[in-house]
Amino acid sequence: MKQSLVPDGEKETMSTSIQTYSLTEKLTFHHGQHKHAFAGGDPVFAAEQRTNAWEQFTKAGLPHAGLEQWRGTNLDKSFETEYVFSTVPAGQGVDIESIFKCAIPHFETYLVTQLNGWYVYNDSPLHTLPNGMIVGSLASAMSRFPELIQNYYGKLSSESIEGLTALNTALALDGIFVYVPDNVTVDETLQMVNLLDSPENLMLHPRNLVILGRNAHLRLVQCDDSINHGITFINSVTEVFLGKDSSLDHYKLQNKDSHSTLINTIYFSQAEGSRLSSNAISLNGGIIRNNSLVKLEGENASAEISGLYLMDKNQHIDNRVFVDHSAPHCQSNEMFKGVLDDHATGVFNGHVLVRRDAQQTVAYQKNNNILLTDKATIDTRPFLEIYADDVKCSHGATVGQLDANALFYIRSRGISEASARILLMYAFAAEIINKISIPELRQRIDDMVKKRLRGELSYCDQCVLHCSAQENKVNFEIDMSKI
Amino acid sequence: MLSIKNLSVAIKGKEILKGINLEVNAGEVHAIMGPNGTGKSTLAYVIGGREGYEVTSGEIIYKGRNLLDLSTEERACEGIFLGFQYPVEIPGVSITNFLRTAINEQRKYQGLDPIPAAQFLAKMEEKKKMLELQDKLANRSVNEGFSGGEKKKNEIFQMAMLEPSLAILDETDSGLDIDALRIVATGVNNLRRPHNSTIVITHYQRLLDYIVPDVVHVLYDGRIVKSGGKEMALELEEKGYEWIKNSL
Repeated sequence: MKQSLVPDGEKETMSTSIQTYSLTEKLTFHHGQHKHAFAGGDPVFAAEQRTNAWEQFTKAGLPHAGLEQWRGTNLDKSFETEYVFSTVPAGQGVDIESIFKCAIPHFETYLVTQLNGWYVYNDSPLHTLPNGMIVGSLASAMSRFPELIQNYYGKLSSESIEGLTALNTALALDGIFVYVPDNVTVDETLQMVNLLDSPENLMLHPRNLVILGRNAHLRLVQCDDSINHGITFINSVTEVFLGKDSSLDHYKLQNKDSHSTLINTIYFSQAEGSRLSSNAISLNGGIIRNNSLVKLEGENASAEISGLYLMDKNQHIDNRVFVDHSAPHCQSNEMFKGVLDDHATGVFNGHVLVRRDAQQTVAYQKNNNILLTDKATIDTRPFLEIYADDVKCSHGATVGQLDANALFYIRSRGISEASARILLMYAFAAEIINKISIPELRQRIDDMVKKRLRGELSYCDQCVLHCSAQENKVNFEIDMSKI
Repeated sequence: MLSIKNLSVAIKGKEILKGINLEVNAGEVHAIMGPNGTGKSTLAYVIGGREGYEVTSGEIIYKGRNLLDLSTEERACEGIFLGFQYPVEIPGVSITNFLRTAINEQRKYQGLDPIPAAQFLAKMEEKKKMLELQDKLANRSVNEGFSGGEKKKNEIFQMAMLEPSLAILDETDSGLDIDALRIVATGVNNLRRPHNSTIVITHYQRLLDYIVPDVVHVLYDGRIVKSGGKEMALELEEKGYEWIKNSL
């Protein structure tokens, strides 16, 4: 629904022809009206990035279905919504424990939260932990550690021609900053929870930066939860830098409402000997696009990118992975599996680029899909682009139904057809679930997947909050049984 | 127990079984032998309730009920067990969870509460010992990465856990070495009860050295062309299936 931006007073005289504005025009208006800078002011490098990114956005524009990068994912409807842009810092003094508690039992994490894109804190927006790790608000880190950040911020995103990435850089106001110094192994899992709580339709551009020093090791879980009643558009960009011999185990857990659009773009840069494992579990959502771009820049680096998606109704999932092998002796392994029911649609686009010098590359791509109805669709495109001559690469995709032999086998043991189907879908999903190396998280996701397959999991389910949907004001009651 | 009368079955319009008659009483072991491609597995699948088989005539009466009216899972809950020639791999589902689910669904059908965990685990231990199964096997995914012999042993293990009234073992001996064959046969023999029946489908006489049948049938070109006592299996082994063909 397009609406008029014309002030109320002028409406009467123009009642015969009400002008409507596109989202691009509204964004341009918004960009001109508000000074976009990180709280405390942009350091010079960030201000430059912002200016360049806005120029880039005005050239590239919002994505449309005609672009090769956006084939199969249509955001036109998402762009029709009248969004509110959150420009006033809203993270301080929020009692996050009163509105959110993680539902994963026995999962001890270092929890950081974002509310409507703002880093949530009480006393200080930035913490330096005893092991030297820095965690907190990116805006705050910009003014506290500009020398550190300028070596990283925008280094990967600025190479992108993607309009939404440029828009994020141009409009970003906050997000999460993580720095793990050299030789530090972080024992606790870092959990980033992205909460949305607004009666209005929100468009957000959260921006995160994660830096792992030499031989630094981190486990990171990103949870996307929405507890608001409005329509949301999240255009999130994260840049992750893995230093020499560092490792990152990264998990994304997406269980969102059906009127949300989530664009989750993550850039990874990997130095020599670093190891990345990134796993996206998408259980519910309106439109979800996971865009992972991995640069293997040093020798002997390895990246394992995997994902599981279980979509139904009119949900849409788009998993996109670009792996750039620019150094020799690196390995990448992509494995995405999904089940699509009802009218759900999906896209998988895996692109592996092996540059001329990246000899002895090992790269695999796999995308397996089960379509439960003839209305569900998947557009899968594994793609290898190889310029080196001594490589081991393979790719493959399958689209199928549940195996009739296996269904018969299970039913012949007395298990009902409905249960047999769930068992087979679970068996299909288990390969991805088993890649989760944190036992508590694996158990929780395992439970969620089972509930999802039984049709018992809604986007609200893992949330302990009970929102009262009839009012604009959001009231929260904590369901103790779920904690 | 089981009474098959004039059963004809077609797959995609092609007639595979052409008027089968078979009576199996409680406590009996029947062997069905015959060359490849004569309809032995089709008979097993039709009794098990696999889709894609068109019964063009005849009936199957099991414990006084028309079996063809029941779904695959209802047949299993009524006590029919099918040991597969090619057991299916189910990655991600452990044998323990698979069997607990199967037992509890069968109990639910019978109006019983789920099996208590301790009772289930004790039963697993007992049956594992009987079949000389490795301890860790139960935690592995159903048939995933199993050798041919392990898959067949796992079929008998499932049978032991589910305690069916009528077990149909389709070429359970194929792909087994002599030790596995002995273990499988011991399992089957240990499970023989006066109220249980077994149909052993086999290509070779070898298995019948270990599982001694009450009746042997020869299935040829969709028909049971000869039935006799256990000595007939030996005669078949000696003279080959040519003997049957020539006598027709």
